[in-house]
Amino acid sequence: MIQLSNVSKYYATRNGQTKIFEHVNLMVAPGEKIGILGRNGAGKSTMVRLISGAEQPTSGIVKRKMSVSWPLAFGGAFQGALTGLDNLRFICRIYGVDAEDKIQFVEEFSELGIYLREPVHTYSSGMRARLAFALSMVVEFDCFLIDEIVAVGDARFTDKCHHELFEKRADRAMIIVSHNPSYVREHCDRAVVLSGGGLHHFDDLQGAYDFYSAHYK
Amino acid sequence: MTEPGIRHLWRSLSIEGRVVHALLMREILTRYGRHNIGFLWLFVEPMMFTLGVTAIWTLLRSIHGSSLPIAAFALSGYSTVLLWRNMPSRCIGAIGPNLSLTYHSNVKLIDVFLARLLLEAGGATISFVVLSIVFIAVGLIDPPEDVLQVAWAWFMTAWFGFSLGLLLGTLSEDHEIIEKLWHPASYLLFPLSGAAFLVDSLPKAAQEWVLYLPMVHGVEAVREGYFGSAVRAHYDLGYMAAINMSMLILAMAQLRKISRTVVPQ
Repeated sequence: MIQLSNVSKYYATRNGQTKIFEHVNLMVAPGEKIGILGRNGAGKSTMVRLISGAEQPTSGIVKRKMSVSWPLAFGGAFQGALTGLDNLRFICRIYGVDAEDKIQFVEEFSELGIYLREPVHTYSSGMRARLAFALSMVVEFDCFLIDEIVAVGDARFTDKCHHELFEKRADRAMIIVSHNPSYVREHCDRAVVLSGGGLHHFDDLQGAYDFYSAHYK
Repeated sequence: MTEPGIRHLWRSLSIEGRVVHALLMREILTRYGRHNIGFLWLFVEPMMFTLGVTAIWTLLRSIHGSSLPIAAFALSGYSTVLLWRNMPSRCIGAIGPNLSLTYHSNVKLIDVFLARLLLEAGGATISFVVLSIVFIAVGLIDPPEDVLQVAWAWFMTAWFGFSLGLLLGTLSEDHEIIEKLWHPASYLLFPLSGAAFLVDSLPKAAQEWVLYLPMVHGVEAVREGYFGSAVRAHYDLGYMAAINMSMLILAMAQLRKISRTVVPQ
Protein backbone atom coordinates (compact mmCIF):
# COMPACT_ATOMS: atom_id res chain seq x y z
CA MET A 1 0.00 0.00 0.00
CA ILE A 2 1.09 3.54 -0.71
CA GLN A 3 -0.48 6.34 1.24
CA LEU A 4 -0.17 10.09 0.95
CA SER A 5 -1.72 11.84 3.94
CA ASN A 6 -2.35 15.55 3.81
CA VAL A 7 0.69 16.14 1.63
CA SER A 8 1.63 19.68 0.62
CA LYS A 9 4.54 20.84 -1.47
CA TYR A 10 5.96 24.32 -1.83
CA TYR A 11 9.07 25.41 -3.66
CA ALA A 12 11.22 28.33 -2.61
CA THR A 13 11.51 30.89 -5.41
CA ARG A 14 12.79 34.44 -5.60
CA ASN A 15 9.24 35.58 -5.03
CA GLY A 16 8.80 33.56 -1.87
CA GLN A 17 7.14 30.20 -1.38
CA THR A 18 5.23 28.93 -4.41
CA LYS A 19 2.49 26.40 -3.86
CA ILE A 20 2.51 23.32 -6.09
CA PHE A 21 -0.35 21.56 -4.31
CA GLU A 22 -1.64 21.14 -0.79
CA HIS A 23 -3.68 18.77 1.39
CA VAL A 24 -3.33 15.92 -1.07
CA ASN A 25 -4.60 12.51 0.02
CA LEU A 26 -4.13 9.38 -2.04
CA MET A 27 -4.14 5.67 -1.35
CA VAL A 28 -2.96 2.99 -3.73
CA ALA A 29 -3.76 -0.62 -2.79
CA PRO A 30 -1.76 -3.63 -4.05
CA GLY A 31 -2.72 -4.47 -7.63
CA GLU A 32 -4.61 -1.24 -8.14
CA LYS A 33 -4.11 0.75 -11.35
CA ILE A 34 -4.53 4.43 -10.82
CA GLY A 35 -4.10 7.31 -13.23
CA ILE A 36 -3.03 10.80 -12.19
CA LEU A 37 -4.14 13.29 -14.81
CA GLY A 38 -2.88 16.83 -15.05
CA ARG A 39 -1.80 19.27 -17.68
CA ASN A 40 1.66 20.80 -17.94
CA GLY A 41 2.65 22.55 -14.75
CA ALA A 42 -0.03 20.94 -12.58
CA GLY A 43 2.63 19.22 -10.49
CA LYS A 44 2.71 15.74 -12.05
CA SER A 45 6.49 15.42 -11.94
CA THR A 46 6.54 16.64 -8.36
CA MET A 47 3.96 13.96 -7.55
CA VAL A 48 6.15 11.30 -9.18
CA ARG A 49 9.16 12.40 -7.15
CA LEU A 50 7.20 12.43 -3.91
CA ILE A 51 5.87 8.92 -4.52
CA SER A 52 9.26 7.52 -5.54
CA GLY A 53 10.94 9.14 -2.55
CA ALA A 54 13.26 11.34 -4.61
CA GLU A 55 11.82 14.37 -2.87
CA GLN A 56 10.30 15.04 0.56
CA PRO A 57 6.95 16.78 1.06
CA THR A 58 6.93 20.22 2.69
CA SER A 59 4.33 18.84 5.09
CA GLY A 60 2.30 15.66 5.37
CA ILE A 61 3.35 12.03 5.20
CA VAL A 62 4.19 9.67 2.33
CA LYS A 63 4.08 6.02 3.40
CA ARG A 64 5.40 3.23 1.19
CA LYS A 65 4.43 -0.21 2.43
CA MET A 66 5.20 -1.85 -0.90
CA SER A 67 8.20 -1.55 -3.15
CA VAL A 68 7.86 1.23 -5.71
CA SER A 69 9.81 1.39 -8.96
CA TRP A 70 11.70 4.42 -10.14
CA PRO A 71 9.77 6.26 -12.88
CA LEU A 72 9.57 3.69 -15.64
CA ALA A 73 12.01 3.96 -18.53
CA PHE A 74 13.73 6.81 -16.69
CA GLY A 75 17.30 6.98 -17.96
CA GLY A 76 18.43 10.08 -16.10
CA ALA A 77 20.38 8.10 -13.54
CA PHE A 78 22.61 6.43 -16.10
CA GLN A 79 26.29 7.05 -15.66
CA GLY A 80 27.43 7.91 -19.20
CA ALA A 81 30.99 6.72 -18.69
CA LEU A 82 29.79 3.27 -17.67
CA THR A 83 28.61 0.57 -20.03
CA GLY A 84 25.02 -0.65 -20.22
CA LEU A 85 26.17 -3.77 -18.42
CA ASP A 86 27.77 -1.73 -15.59
CA ASN A 87 24.52 0.17 -15.19
CA LEU A 88 22.65 -3.14 -15.02
CA ARG A 89 25.00 -4.37 -12.30
CA PHE A 90 24.55 -1.11 -10.40
CA ILE A 91 20.74 -1.41 -10.44
CA CYS A 92 20.98 -5.05 -9.39
CA ARG A 93 23.28 -4.23 -6.47
CA ILE A 94 20.96 -1.52 -5.20
CA TYR A 95 17.93 -3.77 -5.24
CA GLY A 96 19.65 -6.98 -4.17
CA VAL A 97 19.08 -8.88 -7.42
CA ASP A 98 21.63 -11.27 -8.96
CA ALA A 99 22.82 -9.51 -12.10
CA GLU A 100 24.21 -12.59 -13.84
CA ASP A 101 20.68 -14.07 -14.16
CA LYS A 102 19.43 -10.91 -15.82
CA ILE A 103 22.11 -10.22 -18.41
CA GLN A 104 20.53 -12.46 -21.01
CA PHE A 105 17.11 -10.90 -20.56
CA VAL A 106 18.44 -7.35 -20.87
CA GLU A 107 20.59 -8.32 -23.85
CA GLU A 108 17.63 -9.77 -25.73
CA PHE A 109 15.01 -7.28 -24.63
CA SER A 110 16.98 -4.10 -25.24
CA GLU A 111 18.29 -5.36 -28.60
CA LEU A 112 21.53 -3.50 -27.96
CA GLY A 113 23.80 -6.31 -29.15
CA ILE A 114 27.48 -5.52 -28.67
CA TYR A 115 26.60 -2.01 -27.48
CA LEU A 116 25.54 -3.38 -24.10
CA ARG A 117 29.27 -3.54 -23.40
CA GLU A 118 29.97 0.00 -24.62
CA PRO A 119 29.72 3.24 -22.59
CA VAL A 120 26.19 4.62 -22.39
CA HIS A 121 27.30 8.03 -23.71
CA THR A 122 27.81 6.41 -27.12
CA TYR A 123 24.11 5.43 -27.27
CA SER A 124 21.44 7.16 -29.30
CA SER A 125 18.38 8.36 -27.38
CA GLY A 126 16.40 5.37 -28.65
CA MET A 127 19.07 2.98 -27.40
CA ARG A 128 19.10 4.67 -24.01
CA ALA A 129 15.34 4.41 -23.76
CA ARG A 130 15.42 0.70 -24.65
CA LEU A 131 18.09 0.03 -22.04
CA ALA A 132 16.15 2.04 -19.46
CA PHE A 133 12.98 0.07 -20.07
CA ALA A 134 14.80 -3.26 -19.98
CA LEU A 135 16.45 -2.35 -16.66
CA SER A 136 13.09 -1.35 -15.23
CA MET A 137 11.91 -4.91 -15.85
CA VAL A 138 14.85 -6.48 -14.02
CA VAL A 139 13.56 -5.76 -10.52
CA GLU A 140 10.18 -7.18 -9.53
CA PHE A 141 8.39 -4.26 -7.91
CA ASP A 142 4.97 -4.36 -6.21
CA CYS A 143 4.10 -1.04 -7.79
CA PHE A 144 5.28 0.47 -11.05
CA LEU A 145 5.50 4.20 -11.40
CA ILE A 146 4.89 5.27 -14.98
CA ASP A 147 5.65 8.86 -15.92
CA GLU A 148 3.94 9.84 -19.17
CA ILE A 149 3.51 7.36 -21.95
CA VAL A 150 5.85 4.48 -22.35
CA ALA A 151 6.45 4.99 -26.03
CA VAL A 152 9.90 3.60 -26.58
CA GLY A 153 11.33 2.94 -30.03
CA ASP A 154 9.23 1.76 -32.94
CA ALA A 155 5.75 0.22 -32.86
CA ARG A 156 7.10 -3.32 -32.52
CA PHE A 157 9.21 -2.39 -29.52
CA THR A 158 6.30 -0.53 -27.95
CA ASP A 159 4.23 -3.72 -28.28
CA LYS A 160 6.98 -5.67 -26.58
CA CYS A 161 7.02 -3.18 -23.69
CA HIS A 162 3.26 -3.33 -23.45
CA HIS A 163 3.33 -7.11 -23.22
CA GLU A 164 6.10 -7.12 -20.64
CA LEU A 165 4.47 -4.50 -18.44
CA PHE A 166 0.71 -4.68 -18.74
CA GLU A 167 0.28 -8.38 -19.54
CA LYS A 168 3.07 -10.21 -17.71
CA ARG A 169 2.83 -7.87 -14.70
CA ALA A 170 -0.92 -7.37 -14.71
CA ASP A 171 -1.12 -8.30 -11.01
CA ARG A 172 1.01 -5.35 -9.87
CA ALA A 173 -0.12 -1.94 -8.78
CA MET A 174 0.55 0.84 -11.25
CA ILE A 175 0.52 4.59 -10.96
CA ILE A 176 0.32 6.24 -14.35
CA VAL A 177 0.98 9.96 -14.47
CA SER A 178 -0.10 11.53 -17.74
CA HIS A 179 -1.75 14.41 -19.54
CA ASN A 180 -3.35 11.98 -21.95
CA PRO A 181 -6.79 10.83 -20.72
CA SER A 182 -7.22 8.09 -23.30
CA TYR A 183 -3.98 6.39 -22.23
CA VAL A 184 -5.08 6.50 -18.61
CA ARG A 185 -8.51 5.18 -19.59
CA GLU A 186 -6.97 2.22 -21.34
CA HIS A 187 -4.88 1.05 -18.40
CA CYS A 188 -6.41 2.28 -15.15
CA ASP A 189 -9.24 1.29 -12.81
CA ARG A 190 -9.66 4.79 -11.50
CA ALA A 191 -8.18 8.22 -11.97
CA VAL A 192 -7.57 11.41 -10.05
CA VAL A 193 -7.00 14.86 -11.49
CA LEU A 194 -4.28 17.25 -10.35
CA SER A 195 -5.37 20.83 -10.89
CA GLY A 196 -5.62 24.17 -9.14
CA GLY A 197 -3.18 23.14 -6.41
CA GLY A 198 -5.22 20.13 -5.26
CA LEU A 199 -6.05 16.54 -6.12
CA HIS A 200 -9.60 15.76 -7.22
CA HIS A 201 -11.08 12.32 -6.59
CA PHE A 202 -13.89 10.67 -8.56
CA ASP A 203 -16.07 7.61 -8.16
CA ASP A 204 -15.25 6.24 -11.57
CA LEU A 205 -12.98 6.77 -14.55
CA GLN A 206 -15.73 8.53 -16.48
CA GLY A 207 -16.06 11.19 -13.78
CA ALA A 208 -12.34 12.00 -13.93
CA TYR A 209 -12.43 11.96 -17.69
CA ASP A 210 -15.39 14.37 -17.86
CA PHE A 211 -13.85 16.73 -15.32
CA TYR A 212 -10.52 16.74 -17.11
CA SER A 213 -11.98 17.31 -20.57
CA ALA A 214 -14.38 19.99 -19.31
CA HIS A 215 -11.50 21.93 -17.76
CA TYR A 216 -8.89 21.48 -20.44
CA LYS A 217 -10.35 21.64 -23.88
CA MET B 1 3.03 -5.25 9.35
CA THR B 2 5.21 -4.36 12.33
CA GLU B 3 8.42 -6.29 12.53
CA PRO B 4 10.37 -6.91 15.68
CA GLY B 5 12.85 -4.08 16.21
CA ILE B 6 16.04 -6.09 15.78
CA ARG B 7 14.94 -7.71 12.54
CA HIS B 8 13.79 -4.38 11.19
CA LEU B 9 17.13 -2.81 12.06
CA TRP B 10 19.00 -5.72 10.49
CA ARG B 11 17.01 -5.43 7.27
CA SER B 12 17.64 -1.68 7.11
CA LEU B 13 21.34 -2.20 7.69
CA SER B 14 21.59 -4.79 4.94
CA ILE B 15 19.84 -2.44 2.48
CA GLU B 16 22.20 0.34 3.55
CA GLY B 17 25.21 -1.90 3.00
CA ARG B 18 23.97 -2.95 -0.42
CA VAL B 19 23.36 0.62 -1.57
CA VAL B 20 26.71 1.92 -0.34
CA HIS B 21 28.48 -1.03 -1.96
CA ALA B 22 26.69 -0.32 -5.27
CA LEU B 23 27.65 3.36 -5.11
CA LEU B 24 31.24 2.51 -4.21
CA MET B 25 31.62 0.23 -7.23
CA ARG B 26 30.00 2.85 -9.46
CA GLU B 27 32.30 5.55 -8.12
CA ILE B 28 35.41 3.42 -8.60
CA LEU B 29 34.47 2.52 -12.18
CA THR B 30 33.55 6.10 -13.05
CA ARG B 31 36.65 7.65 -11.54
CA TYR B 32 39.30 5.16 -12.47
CA GLY B 33 37.74 3.29 -15.38
CA ARG B 34 39.16 0.08 -16.75
CA HIS B 35 42.19 1.58 -18.47
CA ASN B 36 45.80 0.95 -17.44
CA ILE B 37 45.94 0.18 -13.70
CA GLY B 38 42.25 0.93 -13.06
CA PHE B 39 41.19 1.05 -9.45
CA LEU B 40 44.78 0.77 -8.22
CA TRP B 41 44.89 4.54 -8.76
CA LEU B 42 42.79 4.73 -5.62
CA PHE B 43 45.95 4.40 -3.55
CA VAL B 44 48.69 4.83 -6.13
CA GLU B 45 47.71 8.49 -6.49
CA PRO B 46 48.11 9.36 -2.78
CA MET B 47 51.28 7.23 -2.72
CA MET B 48 52.76 9.35 -5.49
CA PHE B 49 51.96 12.50 -3.51
CA THR B 50 53.59 11.17 -0.39
CA LEU B 51 56.63 9.86 -2.24
CA GLY B 52 57.05 13.17 -4.04
CA VAL B 53 56.88 15.16 -0.82
CA THR B 54 59.30 12.76 0.84
CA ALA B 55 61.75 13.20 -2.03
CA ILE B 56 61.50 16.99 -2.01
CA TRP B 57 61.86 17.31 1.75
CA THR B 58 64.81 14.95 1.68
CA LEU B 59 66.56 16.97 -1.04
CA LEU B 60 65.87 20.27 0.69
CA ARG B 61 66.89 18.77 4.05
CA SER B 62 63.96 20.71 5.37
CA ILE B 63 64.25 21.93 8.89
CA HIS B 64 61.68 20.29 11.06
CA GLY B 65 63.32 20.58 14.41
CA SER B 66 63.84 16.96 15.32
CA SER B 67 66.22 14.09 14.95
CA LEU B 68 63.67 11.98 13.03
CA PRO B 69 64.69 10.78 9.59
CA ILE B 70 62.96 12.91 6.98
CA ALA B 71 61.30 9.90 5.34
CA ALA B 72 59.58 9.02 8.60
CA PHE B 73 58.54 12.60 9.07
CA ALA B 74 57.09 12.99 5.58
CA LEU B 75 55.31 9.63 5.61
CA SER B 76 53.49 10.24 8.88
CA GLY B 77 52.83 13.92 8.16
CA TYR B 78 51.76 13.96 4.57
CA SER B 79 49.68 10.78 4.79
CA THR B 80 47.51 12.28 7.51
CA VAL B 81 47.08 15.47 5.49
CA LEU B 82 45.82 13.44 2.53
CA LEU B 83 43.47 11.61 4.86
CA TRP B 84 41.66 14.65 6.26
CA ARG B 85 42.01 16.94 3.24
CA ASN B 86 40.72 14.70 0.44
CA MET B 87 37.45 13.78 2.12
CA PRO B 88 36.04 17.34 2.17
CA SER B 89 37.33 17.94 -1.37
CA ARG B 90 35.33 14.98 -2.66
CA CYS B 91 32.21 15.83 -0.66
CA ILE B 92 31.85 19.43 -1.78
CA GLY B 93 29.48 19.44 -4.74
CA ALA B 94 28.93 15.67 -4.47
CA ILE B 95 25.14 15.88 -4.53
CA GLY B 96 24.56 17.62 -7.87
CA PRO B 97 25.76 14.94 -10.30
CA ASN B 98 24.24 12.14 -8.20
CA LEU B 99 20.87 13.65 -7.42
CA SER B 100 18.91 11.63 -9.95
CA LEU B 101 19.96 8.47 -8.11
CA THR B 102 17.46 9.36 -5.40
CA TYR B 103 14.72 8.19 -7.76
CA HIS B 104 15.69 4.78 -6.42
CA SER B 105 13.81 4.94 -3.16
CA ASN B 106 16.57 3.17 -1.20
CA VAL B 107 19.23 5.70 -2.19
CA LYS B 108 19.49 8.64 0.19
CA LEU B 109 21.83 11.62 0.11
CA ILE B 110 23.87 10.20 2.99
CA ASP B 111 24.70 7.15 0.83
CA VAL B 112 26.26 9.33 -1.85
CA PHE B 113 28.45 10.98 0.80
CA LEU B 114 29.25 7.69 2.55
CA ALA B 115 30.47 6.07 -0.67
CA ARG B 116 32.82 8.95 -1.42
CA LEU B 117 34.05 9.26 2.17
CA LEU B 118 34.78 5.54 2.45
CA LEU B 119 36.60 5.58 -0.87
CA GLU B 120 38.82 8.52 0.11
CA ALA B 121 39.55 7.15 3.58
CA GLY B 122 40.27 3.73 2.08
CA GLY B 123 42.65 5.12 -0.54
CA ALA B 124 44.61 7.21 1.97
CA THR B 125 44.78 4.31 4.44
CA ILE B 126 45.99 1.74 1.90
CA SER B 127 48.58 4.24 0.67
CA PHE B 128 49.83 4.85 4.24
CA VAL B 129 50.02 1.16 5.07
CA VAL B 130 51.69 0.12 1.80
CA LEU B 131 54.29 2.90 2.00
CA SER B 132 54.96 2.10 5.65
CA ILE B 133 55.62 -1.53 4.79
CA VAL B 134 57.85 -0.59 1.87
CA PHE B 135 59.82 2.00 3.90
CA ILE B 136 60.27 -0.47 6.74
CA ALA B 137 61.25 -3.28 4.36
CA VAL B 138 64.00 -1.22 2.72
CA GLY B 139 65.21 0.01 6.09
CA LEU B 140 64.28 3.67 5.62
CA ILE B 141 62.36 3.74 8.91
CA ASP B 142 61.85 1.48 11.90
CA PRO B 143 58.58 -0.39 12.48
CA PRO B 144 56.05 1.56 14.60
CA GLU B 145 56.58 1.27 18.34
CA ASP B 146 52.88 1.02 19.07
CA VAL B 147 50.77 -0.10 16.11
CA LEU B 148 47.53 0.18 18.07
CA GLN B 149 48.14 3.81 18.91
CA VAL B 150 48.94 4.57 15.26
CA ALA B 151 45.68 2.89 14.25
CA TRP B 152 43.73 4.78 16.89
CA ALA B 153 45.20 8.17 15.99
CA TRP B 154 44.68 7.39 12.31
CA PHE B 155 41.04 6.59 13.04
CA MET B 156 40.62 9.90 14.91
CA THR B 157 42.04 11.77 11.91
CA ALA B 158 39.76 9.85 9.56
CA TRP B 159 36.80 10.75 11.79
CA PHE B 160 37.88 14.39 11.61
CA GLY B 161 37.99 14.24 7.80
CA PHE B 162 34.68 12.41 7.71
CA SER B 163 32.88 15.01 9.85
CA LEU B 164 34.49 17.96 8.11
CA GLY B 165 33.72 16.43 4.70
CA LEU B 166 30.10 15.77 5.54
CA LEU B 167 29.68 19.23 7.04
CA LEU B 168 31.25 21.10 4.12
CA GLY B 169 29.58 18.79 1.58
CA THR B 170 26.09 19.40 2.96
CA LEU B 171 26.72 23.12 3.46
CA SER B 172 28.01 23.51 -0.10
CA GLU B 173 24.59 22.44 -1.33
CA ASP B 174 23.08 25.62 0.16
CA HIS B 175 26.07 27.95 -0.07
CA GLU B 176 28.29 28.05 -3.14
CA ILE B 177 30.85 30.07 -1.23
CA ILE B 178 31.92 26.93 0.67
CA GLU B 179 33.57 25.59 -2.46
CA LYS B 180 35.33 28.87 -3.10
CA LEU B 181 36.61 29.09 0.47
CA TRP B 182 37.70 25.47 0.80
CA HIS B 183 40.42 25.67 -1.85
CA PRO B 184 42.44 28.45 -0.20
CA ALA B 185 41.62 27.11 3.26
CA SER B 186 42.94 23.65 2.49
CA TYR B 187 46.20 25.08 1.13
CA LEU B 188 46.64 27.46 4.03
CA LEU B 189 45.87 24.80 6.61
CA PHE B 190 48.54 22.48 5.25
CA PRO B 191 51.56 24.32 6.71
CA LEU B 192 49.69 24.74 10.00
CA SER B 193 48.44 21.17 10.22
CA GLY B 194 51.47 19.67 11.91
CA ALA B 195 52.50 17.72 8.83
CA ALA B 196 55.66 19.76 8.35
CA PHE B 197 56.68 20.41 11.96
CA LEU B 198 56.64 18.89 15.39
CA VAL B 199 54.65 20.90 17.91
CA ASP B 200 57.46 20.44 20.41
CA SER B 201 59.88 22.36 18.18
CA LEU B 202 57.66 25.48 18.15
CA PRO B 203 57.93 28.35 20.64
CA LYS B 204 55.60 27.93 23.61
CA ALA B 205 53.20 30.67 22.46
CA ALA B 206 52.86 29.21 18.98
CA GLN B 207 52.22 25.73 20.42
CA GLU B 208 49.16 26.97 22.23
CA TRP B 209 47.71 28.49 19.09
CA VAL B 210 48.46 25.64 16.76
CA LEU B 211 46.89 23.14 19.15
CA TYR B 212 43.51 24.73 18.51
CA LEU B 213 43.62 22.95 15.14
CA PRO B 214 42.16 19.46 15.63
CA MET B 215 44.24 17.73 12.95
CA VAL B 216 47.45 18.72 14.73
CA HIS B 217 46.43 16.44 17.60
CA GLY B 218 45.88 13.58 15.16
CA VAL B 219 49.27 13.79 13.49
CA GLU B 220 51.07 14.24 16.82
CA ALA B 221 49.40 11.10 18.15
CA VAL B 222 50.27 9.17 14.98
CA ARG B 223 53.91 10.19 15.39
CA GLU B 224 54.01 9.23 19.05
CA GLY B 225 52.65 5.80 18.15
CA TYR B 226 55.14 5.46 15.32
CA PHE B 227 58.32 6.85 16.86
CA GLY B 228 57.48 6.71 20.57
CA SER B 229 60.39 7.84 22.66
CA ALA B 230 62.10 9.67 19.76
CA VAL B 231 59.55 12.49 19.86
CA ARG B 232 57.76 14.49 22.53
CA ALA B 233 54.18 14.68 21.29
CA HIS B 234 51.58 17.23 22.32
CA TYR B 235 47.99 16.16 21.82
CA ASP B 236 44.59 15.77 23.42
CA LEU B 237 42.41 13.24 21.65
CA GLY B 238 39.50 14.17 23.92
CA TYR B 239 39.59 17.69 22.47
CA MET B 240 39.74 16.23 18.98
CA ALA B 241 36.78 13.93 19.69
CA ALA B 242 34.71 16.86 20.95
CA ILE B 243 35.39 18.84 17.77
CA ASN B 244 34.73 15.81 15.56
CA MET B 245 31.46 15.05 17.30
CA SER B 246 30.28 18.67 17.16
CA MET B 247 30.98 18.88 13.44
CA LEU B 248 29.26 15.53 12.87
CA ILE B 249 26.11 16.66 14.68
CA LEU B 250 26.00 19.94 12.73
CA ALA B 251 26.55 17.97 9.51
CA MET B 252 23.66 15.61 10.26
CA ALA B 253 21.38 18.58 10.97
CA GLN B 254 22.38 20.24 7.70
CA LEU B 255 21.92 16.93 5.86
CA ARG B 256 18.40 16.69 7.23
CA LYS B 257 17.71 20.22 6.09
CA ILE B 258 18.90 19.74 2.51
CA SER B 259 17.16 16.34 2.23
CA ARG B 260 13.89 18.19 2.50
CA THR B 261 14.68 20.75 -0.15
CA VAL B 262 16.76 19.16 -2.91
CA VAL B 263 14.88 18.40 -6.10
CA PRO B 264 16.20 16.08 -8.79
CA GLN B 265 15.37 16.91 -12.39
